[in-house]
Amino acid sequence: MPESDTSLEAREVVTTRAPLIKLGQHVEDTWVLSRDTETLPESRPAIVPLALWQAHSADAELAPWLPSDTELTPALVATLEQAALVAIDFPAFTDGRGYTLARLLRERFGYAGEIRAIGDVLIDQLYYMSRCGFDALALREDQDIEAALRALTAFSVSYQPAVDLHEPLFARRLREHRTG
Amino acid sequence: MYRYDAYDQTLVDERVNQFRDQMDRYLAGKLGEEEFRPVRLQNGLYIQRHAPMLRIAIPYGMLSSAQLRALAAITRRYDRGYGHFTTRQNLQLNWPALEDVPEILADLAKVQMHAIQTSGNCIRNTTSDQFAGIAKDEVVDPRPWCELIRQWSTLHPEFAYLPRKFKIAVTGATDDRAAIHVHDIGLRLWLDDAGELRVRVLAGGGMGRTPMIGEVVREDLPWQHLLTYLEAIVRVYNQFGRRDNKFKARIKILVKALGVEEFTRRVEAEWAHLKDGPQTLNEDAVDEAKTHFPDPARRPVAESAIVAYETLRQENRAFARFVTNNVMDHKVPGYKAVTLSLKRREAAPGDITADQMDAVAELAERYGFGELRVTHEQNLVLSDVPVDEIETLWQKLDALGMANPTVGTLNDIICCPGGDFCSLANAVSIPIAQAIQERFEDLDYLYDLGPIDLNISGCMNACGHHHVGNIGILGVDKKGEEYYQISLGGNADDDVSLGKILGPSFYREDVPGVIDKVLQVYVEKRLDDERFLDTYRRVGHQAFKERVYA
Repeated sequence: MPESDTSLEAREVVTTRAPLIKLGQHVEDTWVLSRDTETLPESRPAIVPLALWQAHSADAELAPWLPSDTELTPALVATLEQAALVAIDFPAFTDGRGYTLARLLRERFGYAGEIRAIGDVLIDQLYYMSRCGFDALALREDQDIEAALRALTAFSVSYQPAVDLHEPLFARRLREHRTG
Repeated sequence: MYRYDAYDQTLVDERVNQFRDQMDRYLAGKLGEEEFRPVRLQNGLYIQRHAPMLRIAIPYGMLSSAQLRALAAITRRYDRGYGHFTTRQNLQLNWPALEDVPEILADLAKVQMHAIQTSGNCIRNTTSDQFAGIAKDEVVDPRPWCELIRQWSTLHPEFAYLPRKFKIAVTGATDDRAAIHVHDIGLRLWLDDAGELRVRVLAGGGMGRTPMIGEVVREDLPWQHLLTYLEAIVRVYNQFGRRDNKFKARIKILVKALGVEEFTRRVEAEWAHLKDGPQTLNEDAVDEAKTHFPDPARRPVAESAIVAYETLRQENRAFARFVTNNVMDHKVPGYKAVTLSLKRREAAPGDITADQMDAVAELAERYGFGELRVTHEQNLVLSDVPVDEIETLWQKLDALGMANPTVGTLNDIICCPGGDFCSLANAVSIPIAQAIQERFEDLDYLYDLGPIDLNISGCMNACGHHHVGNIGILGVDKKGEEYYQISLGGNADDDVSLGKILGPSFYREDVPGVIDKVLQVYVEKRLDDERFLDTYRRVGHQAFKERVYA
């Protein structure tokens, strides 16, 4: 890709949306992300900080993003159910709290809506994210979408159960031995 | 030992392909230095002082002769014909080329090996007792449990970006040879009055900058719940462990900050949700894991052979020395476990050449059912040698320079690679080890001193476990100069203790002399057969301090 195209694309991304993978497909993102904790963005639909969303949770065109240190409680999750999606922030890709948050939302609280990874979302973490229950991955703008889609299918086998798989490998082996 | 099935093999093969793609993107400039960092670390690859360093996993120290041969070939093809066994039962290559690492990992995968999670802020290789399955004091063989933990922790999707590294050690014996008190999680397998297996779970131990002894979180966990309980602990740590300061990020800081009661309360609250979930173990799963660790087909050893062995021990002083120090009793009469010493003055502690690897592989096949164990003291063990073959084995080991009859003595130094190789180190450590070995090479004196653990780390990261050395030496940097701080009284066994710093640090050349003074105090003050550690504990720190700084 010529350099001018890259910079054009980069500018466009800043003013609009991050590359989005949803349910394993590259899709057009309709949501904008705002990190402004004080005021709502003009554009809709918009993902806004949790506290701001809580003040406007009746607005169906708004959805919350959770900081990585959020402590999930039944009361909080009950309010999150109203939103069209829940985003979890990765302030740095090395902050692993979001993986636990996503699993708790899915497995503990039975949340079935979209869980979107936002922030420092990079190719090499996507596989684990998807195992933990993220079904929407808003990549950092510089990430290559082809490599990202490839990374999602890096492994065909897992030892542990997670959101994507309920049977640990030791149980699967026993089952297969039994049935021959 | 554990053999891969098609699932294990698929997983390591796919891991190699994943890393090949990551390396390609890195070399093409599409993956930044910072972003590549955890990716390469979780494949064992460090960027070091002189060259990259690759740390290869040896799960709970079990190694086959075929694997050792493959490692020899790898060190010849991609490195400088030697490797370094670490205090965590792994093998390090000091000189691989960065771009060769995917190929090395592919070669490893062919012999059911990998470098997954040997570094990085994730659950590391689980370590255990090098005499697992054969020790006389063993209550429960830890290896099937280690394997279950290995599988649970390998590519765990939730725990790849923990606040800091996370190490689990397991013992099933009366004597703890796995140092479970100084691990992030330490597990002791034991049997209750009904003969049911229980697990004592410790959390929050560790060395490094702030050494701490682990606290008991659960005394009597029923075995069915081992994996869900581990998951609860690591999940609590992942959520609440500090991420603002890497020196305060280990689980020990969290346990200390919350207090063990509150930490335990959080773990139990989390576990209440995970308990009886899909990872709950059942007898079939454990039995399946046990089938990988059968007793080898030991031949009967005649009573006359045992007598002849004891007679030789009486008559041949050199053989007797070897047996006393390097041969360990076995649960089966007529069999012994033999430690192959990787401590000699010409090489760094734990170093082994490719030729030695090949030779040891052959010895393992001839005398040890093709299996070896790596010890956290950086030696190797042949676990099943009939007594009528020990003399021949001893002679062959002597020819290889691996029969130094000094296992467990002052000369069996545990030592990290230090400033000669490691970019984290403040100071060199190998030359210190060599200087001490040179000063104290008289065998009679070493035996007279009895068992002494001497541990050397080149920096605070404590890879040489200096905190739990009876004598610990730590390299420190003061305004660009290398100094050495000496501590006394550490111990990694069940009556665990952390060493106490003697006082101001020393120049490198003064270290052997200081050790000499410490030993003089011991020899003067000891009662009968008292060990160094016991004398130190009885007479106290001051007597040693006064002599050294007199």
